[in-house]
Amino acid sequence: MTSSAAAEPQRYLEAQIRWRPLEIVFWLATLLPFVLTPSYLVLASQIAITALFALSLDLILGYAGIVSLGHAAYFGFGSYTAGLIAKWGWGEPLSGLIIAAAAAGLLGYLTSFIIARFRHLALIMITLGLGLLLAEAANSASWLTGGADGLQGVRMWNLLGIFPFDLYGTAAYGYALAMLFLLFLVARRLINSPFGLALRGIRENAVRMPAIGAPSPAHIRKIYTIAAVIAGVAGALLAQTTETVSLETLSFQRSADVLVILILGGAGRLYGGIVGAIIYMVARDQLSDINPQYWYFWIGTLLVAVVIFLPNGILGGLARLMPSGRSRA
Amino acid sequence: MRQTLVGFAVFAAAILAFAPAEAQQTIKIGVILPYSGQFADPGAQADNGIKLYMQQHGDTVAGKKIEIVRKDTGGIAPDVAKRLAQELVVRDKVDLLAGFSLTPNALAAADVSAQAKKFMVVMNAAASIVTTKSPYMARVSFTLPQLNEPLGVWAYKNGVRKVYSIVADFAAGHDAEAAFQNAFKAAGGEIVGSVRYPVVNSDFSAFVQRAKDMNPEAIFVFVPGGSQSPAIAKALADRGIDPRQTKVMAQAELTDEQALKNMGDTALGIITSAHYDYNHDSKLNKEFVAAFNAAFKRNPDFFAVGGYDGMRLIYEALKKSGANTDGEALIAAAKGMAWESPRGPMSIDPATRDVVQTVYMRRVEKVGGRLVNVEFDKIENVKDPVKARSAN
Amino acid sequence: MIASAFGVLFDGFAYGMLLFLLSVGLSVTLGMMNFVNLAHCSFAMLGGYVAVTLTNEIGWPFLASLPVAFLAAAVVSVAFERVLYRRLYRATDLDQCLLTIGIVFISVAVAAYVYGTIQQPLNVPAYLRGTVSVMGQSVGVYRLFLIGVALVVTLVLVATLEYTRFGAQVRAAVDNQRMARGLGIDVDRVFAITFALGSGLAGLGGALAIEIVGLDHAFAFTYLVYVLIVVAVGGLGSIAGSFVAATLLGISDMAGKYYFPELGAFLIYFVMVTLLMWRPAGLFGRR
Repeated sequence: MTSSAAAEPQRYLEAQIRWRPLEIVFWLATLLPFVLTPSYLVLASQIAITALFALSLDLILGYAGIVSLGHAAYFGFGSYTAGLIAKWGWGEPLSGLIIAAAAAGLLGYLTSFIIARFRHLALIMITLGLGLLLAEAANSASWLTGGADGLQGVRMWNLLGIFPFDLYGTAAYGYALAMLFLLFLVARRLINSPFGLALRGIRENAVRMPAIGAPSPAHIRKIYTIAAVIAGVAGALLAQTTETVSLETLSFQRSADVLVILILGGAGRLYGGIVGAIIYMVARDQLSDINPQYWYFWIGTLLVAVVIFLPNGILGGLARLMPSGRSRA
Repeated sequence: MRQTLVGFAVFAAAILAFAPAEAQQTIKIGVILPYSGQFADPGAQADNGIKLYMQQHGDTVAGKKIEIVRKDTGGIAPDVAKRLAQELVVRDKVDLLAGFSLTPNALAAADVSAQAKKFMVVMNAAASIVTTKSPYMARVSFTLPQLNEPLGVWAYKNGVRKVYSIVADFAAGHDAEAAFQNAFKAAGGEIVGSVRYPVVNSDFSAFVQRAKDMNPEAIFVFVPGGSQSPAIAKALADRGIDPRQTKVMAQAELTDEQALKNMGDTALGIITSAHYDYNHDSKLNKEFVAAFNAAFKRNPDFFAVGGYDGMRLIYEALKKSGANTDGEALIAAAKGMAWESPRGPMSIDPATRDVVQTVYMRRVEKVGGRLVNVEFDKIENVKDPVKARSAN
Repeated sequence: MIASAFGVLFDGFAYGMLLFLLSVGLSVTLGMMNFVNLAHCSFAMLGGYVAVTLTNEIGWPFLASLPVAFLAAAVVSVAFERVLYRRLYRATDLDQCLLTIGIVFISVAVAAYVYGTIQQPLNVPAYLRGTVSVMGQSVGVYRLFLIGVALVVTLVLVATLEYTRFGAQVRAAVDNQRMARGLGIDVDRVFAITFALGSGLAGLGGALAIEIVGLDHAFAFTYLVYVLIVVAVGGLGSIAGSFVAATLLGISDMAGKYYFPELGAFLIYFVMVTLLMWRPAGLFGRR
């Protein structure tokens, strides 16, 4: 009884971590834009960045159950850090990215002490409040951030010394996609580990976890910091690929958008953020072209339809439809 | 996961559905404006101006057909504006860029104009530095210092010595504050106090109270339009500040048509500086207003005239360059161009590529039962003072 | 100094009362059914637009348009509840958020389409404008009116809650839904009525708000944050909580702007975060 029971979680995790053929196809497909639609690479890069940001939110929302309305704080913090580093003369992308990610992680680590103590509506509103405070601070510190006009003078050097960030967005998409894939692998590993299982336990029943020996607050702080790092990377990517940073990166609007995207795709499924980002941003781009003034209406209808017909997000709804659909990971 | 099939399918379908359009005998203009969100109305008015000009002058210039590709920024979103500009250049293969109601968006898109060497016409964004960001950019709207410095000079000349200033706490507010205060202080006046209010503010009573505490002769205000114009007028009235006694001075947004409707008689006496008003008494303007009303059932405002004059600049520059859409050719054609606009005479300064125009001083009065801005003074050939000073 | 302090308090209290009217409905319905209705401010916006249409297009007196704004919002909310919300009572919080955000998007687009994106003008009757002298201080008449309406509403709500059978059922359902059902109380019906009332109050608030903060197509978004702040700080399911929280926030917002304008919007968020860290369930919250 003891040896086989102990082997079960191990085997479960091993089964989860194997690559499914569809996943391989998906990641190969992300290379298609280079060939099929080279004029859409800038959009593709921004979709990849949004997907990465949504992935970071999934780690805390989908897996640890922390609903945050202020996650853009780390995105924007990473964005401004990367932008300022470049503005002050160091335009090397990768090192700038690492520093920005570390800065966002530090901010995440500090705030995680507050986050870990609260739940439910109080937590949501506190994350909202902290996000809004940071956005206000950035507006006030316009000598540093450029205020509403945005950060000017961000000039990036060539990626890896070879690829320039040009009008076509080739380097931008390659860079963003590489980071997305890399951090996706990290997230995947994290989720399919005992730590990941513990997080799911916290999400389901936070009160009981300490009873089985899992230190909830410590786990929450850890995942929150990691999510902040990843969000910071996404923000830094945006700053570097567009060579501009605005207050909008810290805004409530961005926090709300990424939350909508994640729920749309399906939280707690690792691919939910990516699917949500693709669908939301492509829909927005196309609808806004067709009808610049009222695309909001169609997006709203899409959201309502998804909730009614595909509960638990697109991936969740599809899982329900598939007979052998896997239950929530 | 099976579910990733959806992501893949959607991704592939989305990619494959797109097909770039090809055209030879057309000139494509990429128009980037905020068609949705908080700034949707200025965007709509600018677009109306563009449509009216094309309606009146046809859609063929120098033998080529003009095609407009519209993109929505949704508000202040420099990364989106830059991406849209990039896509317009790379994907839609536009020949020139136009629009830009908001400074941050204009600044971001300027990069694309400079890199791709595309002629860019700014139809509203008003910060002084905008035109410095790309050598192929011309502006037809106005700059904040252009409107606010004359206001400071005028105030002193008309006996005002003590002013309290209330501005919105963001870049445009700071610019307006600096422009007014510098001009006023240079003339010899005293700023007895100033406050910057948070941009998303709806209740001005606290700020007006602060102003009232200082007992100034005049209050200088900058609000970015929208709901804040009537809100501040009401706050002034609530605190018993009558614009006819204590002068209230601002640039045009404070007393635009919608704001006046909302403010009612509390607006009487407010003094504003502007480059355009639909009541401006000139034959050209009366025709413009009539045509605008016939087409869109509302009066034009300075956003609309920005769109209108922007299109005029594009058309005339194309004619002058012989339909050569090269950025160098068009900007060379645009420099120094002068014409009579519904707003009055205007021209593009060859040195800065910025607009030079007449600034009108107006006061809100009741004419024929309606509240209107009545012009009582004007300053001609005003260049953007900030760039003019740095050039000397 | 006293004069200005009084002015700040008065204006802050008036603003707070406006927030109270907008938020009380959400607080009670959230507390009762745990249904996250982010489209609450869309109903407020509807009330506002109804008032504007009645007074501007049809020429009704402003005061007469207020009850209609209330009714319109209530009726529309009942329709939404029947058709859409009912299906999602058992759904996750996140799904409820997504649905109601979708409704907000739709309402904003519809408002823009029907009314345009401009600020809606509303000219209140002359007897509601200007200032009047109260105990030597000059106060805005409209703000006084707003406070009056809000206090009357509060009294009616509290009286209903304390002295009527329906009120008792509401209190029972908020306290412990399952127990209430077990006792034979038709919680769904109680909730439907409460939801309609709450949305109606939001509509009334929306109509009253125009004179103070203006109305445009984005109203449903703009005020959502403030309403959420009031509800969270006040505590779910509590009228007293909403009242106190709204007052506190209105006054601190006004005081902050007067005494520390450089801090600007900081103060209201800072106050909210601190209060929630001290009392996570809200000032009058239960859980």
